[in-house]
Amino acid sequence: ARRARAMQRQGQTPSIVDRPLPKGRSEVSLSAFSFLFSELVQYHRTRASSIAELEQKLSEAGEGVGSRMLEVLAHREKSNRREIRLQGILQFINTNVWRCLFGKVADSLEIYNDDEYVLGDKSLVVNRYISVPKDLGDLNCGAFAAGVVKGVLRDAGFPAEVSAYYAEVDGQRTPKTNILMKFAPEVLEREKRLGA
Amino acid sequence: PSARRPRLAHGAMVGLATFMIVSKEDVPQYECDFGASREQAAGYAPGGKKDDAAHLHQFVMHAALDFVDERQWETNTMNLKLVDRFNDLLVYAFVTAGGSRFLLLHDQRNEENVRNFFHDVHELYLKILLNPFHSPRAPIVDETFDARVRESAKRHFP
Repeated sequence: ARRARAMQRQGQTPSIVDRPLPKGRSEVSLSAFSFLFSELVQYHRTRASSIAELEQKLSEAGEGVGSRMLEVLAHREKSNRREIRLQGILQFINTNVWRCLFGKVADSLEIYNDDEYVLGDKSLVVNRYISVPKDLGDLNCGAFAAGVVKGVLRDAGFPAEVSAYYAEVDGQRTPKTNILMKFAPEVLEREKRLGA
Repeated sequence: PSARRPRLAHGAMVGLATFMIVSKEDVPQYECDFGASREQAAGYAPGGKKDDAAHLHQFVMHAALDFVDERQWETNTMNLKLVDRFNDLLVYAFVTAGGSRFLLLHDQRNEENVRNFFHDVHELYLKILLNPFHSPRAPIVDETFDARVRESAKRHFP
């Protein structure tokens, strides 16, 4: 960091390697993010040939975020502890990742089957200002958040199929967004091997 | 494992070390040879060539990856410390949250220095990774990264 300041005084741009790691306290305005995200969706909408492909593109965009979040948050918030158990990584996503990205922890984490877990968010930020026209049917832009989760799980060693879908909630006008994670068999085998 | 290893009869050399970063899918991302003089390196390899020594180092480090794969599911710390040995060479490993492996091949036993070195490189690695234009599995070619890694090695392994 000292080196970075010296270079700045000389008018040179210090390399990213010399600048300090971000402390994670900065925030981005919701409108700025919503605008950028809507542009991202519209960009891919014109280039994708199907709803599935559009969701796939959003998911891929999220994966890059997820894999970086995993590395940075483990260092910054978990004093360099890695998650080696399923419960651990789910809690990490539920708490650390959600809080860093969306300012709050996820609303629910449930188990559906041995290999299927669902993370729930009553008002997912990425979906809040999206209205889906009829011709896009089932599209759920929460696919971006699903991609974030997928990236975290994949890099941590818990590969899974991850998708986002809406679920109606009694007493709530807007549906909540559920993120379904279906884990690969090797994850379950390893969990069994590591013990209950 | 021992059946796969070439047998070498040889004595000690001092301060020879190689450092490597291997991604989660076993793709090499970065490699750095430091600390050895040409004569020392030549003396270690059977044919007396520096290239042979470098190949041997790579071979030993990749063979150690099997042990790293096992160890990383036994503990939730990143620093795995000593994971393997080959004659006088010691292999130390560090696994990041995203599954990237740092491997250090060294002939001296000093866990404290290794730990500090891994810590320094980990921070450098995070900064490279945070760059949205850097693909997670791509080789790390940044010259400043290389310079800082070498400086850290000099600092911790005098």
